[in-house]
Amino acid sequence: MRKFLLALLFVPLSAFAAEPIPLDLAPVNLQDYASIQRGARIFTNYCLTCHSANYMRYNRLEAVGLTAHQIEDNLMFAADNIGSRMTIAMRPADAKKWFGMAPPDLTVITRSRSPDWVYTYLRSFYRDDSRPTGWNNVLFSNVAMPNVLFGLQGQQVLKPAVAGQQPTLVLAAPGTLSPADYDATVGDLVNYLTWMGEPMKIKRMELGVFVLLFLSLLFILTYYLKKEFWKDVH
Amino acid sequence: MSAMQKLVGWIDARFPLTSNWKTHLSEYYAPKNFNFWYFFGSLALLVLVNQIVTGIFLAMSYKPDAKLAFASVEYIMRDVEWGWLIRYMHSVGASMFFVVVYLHMFRGLIYGSYRKPRELVWIFGMMIYLALMAEAFMGYLLPWGQMSFWGAQVIISLFGAIPVIGDALALWIRGDFVVSDATLNRFFAFHVIALPLVLLGLVVAHIIALHEVGSNNPEGIEIKKHKDPVTHIPLDGIPFHPYYTVKDIVGVVVFLMVFSAIVFFAPDLGGWFLEPNNFIPADPFKTPEHIAPLWYFTPFYAILRAVPDKLLGVISMGASIVIMVFLHWLDRSKVKSIRYRGTLYKAFLAMFVVSFIGLGYVGTQEPTPTFNIIARVLGVMYFAFFILMPWYTTIDKTKPVPERISE
Amino acid sequence: MTNRQLDRSKRRFLVAATSVVGGVAGVAVATPFVLSMLPSERAKAAGAPVEVDISKVEPGMQLEIALQGKPVWVVNRTKAMLDVLPTLSSRLVDPQSDQPQQPEYCKNVNRSIKPEYLVVVGICTHLGCSPNYRPDAGAADMGADWPGGWLCPCHGSRYDLSARVFKNMPAPLNMVVPPYQYLKATRILIGDDKKGA
Repeated sequence: MRKFLLALLFVPLSAFAAEPIPLDLAPVNLQDYASIQRGARIFTNYCLTCHSANYMRYNRLEAVGLTAHQIEDNLMFAADNIGSRMTIAMRPADAKKWFGMAPPDLTVITRSRSPDWVYTYLRSFYRDDSRPTGWNNVLFSNVAMPNVLFGLQGQQVLKPAVAGQQPTLVLAAPGTLSPADYDATVGDLVNYLTWMGEPMKIKRMELGVFVLLFLSLLFILTYYLKKEFWKDVH
Repeated sequence: MSAMQKLVGWIDARFPLTSNWKTHLSEYYAPKNFNFWYFFGSLALLVLVNQIVTGIFLAMSYKPDAKLAFASVEYIMRDVEWGWLIRYMHSVGASMFFVVVYLHMFRGLIYGSYRKPRELVWIFGMMIYLALMAEAFMGYLLPWGQMSFWGAQVIISLFGAIPVIGDALALWIRGDFVVSDATLNRFFAFHVIALPLVLLGLVVAHIIALHEVGSNNPEGIEIKKHKDPVTHIPLDGIPFHPYYTVKDIVGVVVFLMVFSAIVFFAPDLGGWFLEPNNFIPADPFKTPEHIAPLWYFTPFYAILRAVPDKLLGVISMGASIVIMVFLHWLDRSKVKSIRYRGTLYKAFLAMFVVSFIGLGYVGTQEPTPTFNIIARVLGVMYFAFFILMPWYTTIDKTKPVPERISE
Repeated sequence: MTNRQLDRSKRRFLVAATSVVGGVAGVAVATPFVLSMLPSERAKAAGAPVEVDISKVEPGMQLEIALQGKPVWVVNRTKAMLDVLPTLSSRLVDPQSDQPQQPEYCKNVNRSIKPEYLVVVGICTHLGCSPNYRPDAGAADMGADWPGGWLCPCHGSRYDLSARVFKNMPAPLNMVVPPYQYLKATRILIGDDKKGA
């Protein structure tokens, strides 16, 4: 009984949700600052025009090894104060008119969708002329967002399913990056998004080790204290 | 006389400090055979304190406004120094509150702690549990994420099932035609002021009632039957302080290790304590594909869904909670503790545990036809435990209960 | 008997050790709660240095801006106003600005970098009210010897046009001049005086 309960506890709830295709494992490494920095650059260049990151302040990037000057010169295009948040000029109401829906804020996107989901999603676009944007996505069918990274990735097309098999994506026109480099670039971006979703995660875990060690010491003391007093009873 | 003694004497002449200390701690005699299950009362008190303290600090930065609430939670998580820790302590604490309370209630169930003369202890406890459910439900709206919003929408709509007054009642609770800023603002008031006051009052009543009648124990033996003829101290009792204080402290430290492990390494516990969909701001036009309450409500939620009629479903769900209040009426056994009960009771108890956990699991799943059937079977098992209790506890073969607690 | 005594001292040791370690734990838990009440990242961002274009401040006028949420005034003083300042010394508490209420580079009779532009935090040094600008020398309600300056509405403290407090007033000190620098002839950065910022 107890085992069953424990087993239940460690199955993430998201694992229950059925996705149309299996998710690829995102190469997330929150200690790889260089990757997070590269991801931040891709994010501010490609995403931060339609998507905001309203709860993220630019100066927090100092935590992954960037200096104030690097942030101001390379990443800040719209804001003038390094303490300001990653907002966008486009208003949600206008966005809704143009795209049918407002592009979601991305600050905590990896916490609502998993990093693996975002990683798979950004690599699953294909040409579909029946869509108003000309793009469709295997993971998120009839998505409103076009493939903004197609310059890097190139254009994929959907090869229809052969009996008993999943439909596959084939690269029809190459982009400026090789497929491996494109995957690495999306990996950096997802790494950045994951970091941005909870910037204090590493610090949280480091502190956790310390707290548990301290509580172990307290446990030893209280255990012997209890034993000592209970000599009276037994 | 030392300065300390003088001070205590001065206070005692004006306030019953020493006598209260004695009544509730140093001369409160508890049975000497408390086991693992007896940690959860003091732990529940600890979690209550944790929720109140972290809650006060969260309220300093939280904004109960539909336009600002979601952002203010992220503000706490990012911009407020140590805000993330305080928020996680509160959100993990909420789930741990139910973990601890469910184990505490299960202890009462297996050792018959609801039986005479402890009926009021149990009833106050059940009232605490009901207040806690309301507290948790209203608190869950505050982050103003998708699950907050739709969870509240669904639960408030339950009141709409009540004949005649239902729709008006639901409207009155929301203060608007949908869950809105007005709902959020009033839930905030209830969550941070009204219900905590009710909870604290009930906890005091629960403890006063307990200390009046004395604690039960795993044997279900009344220790007050055998007292020292001179001192009138129960022969099988030991002073709560220092013996159970030092013992409970060990329990507290172990609990804090589990609690810290979750807070620091998996605060959302794979979606069980913080749901992924609640990281999306509330959108009144778009229901998430799969909505379920947090795990501590899912057994009752599964019962609600299992009944193919709105009103009957709501009644069944309400009954599944309220029926627990009447345990002391339903149980006709000669003995209290499971240790002296027969196979029949144990079989029914096992069935109850399976049904409760099973319903809890089914409640998190999408309502497919298979799961609906499973939920109905489990629901019947759940109610059978209570409804058949007068019958099976009467015919169940019990073992004789000893007079004294042996070593 | 000896065993019993041994027990007592062991017990005392364990109680003391647990209390100390538990006390440390208590302090450690309290720390994040206490620190959470400090200014947040949002407050710090709002407190960042502010750039101000001073070309639009007419002579004799006062411009009010916010720095860390506090009122900061930029006053463009006229020649007549400036001429009065050196004559007030005997009536002021701290005419030479000896108290550290201003950066070193503003320790002069005008309490400013460029004589005409005064930059000052508009908070009375008595109990934190914001004084009213009364540049009108000799105003009827201020007395014939009023040289122009500020009057605090809370407790009546008076300051001259260099924000220096007059004698026999509730306020003990001159108003604070914040660090600032000229980026261009008509642009100042308030809140930061480090070059290259």
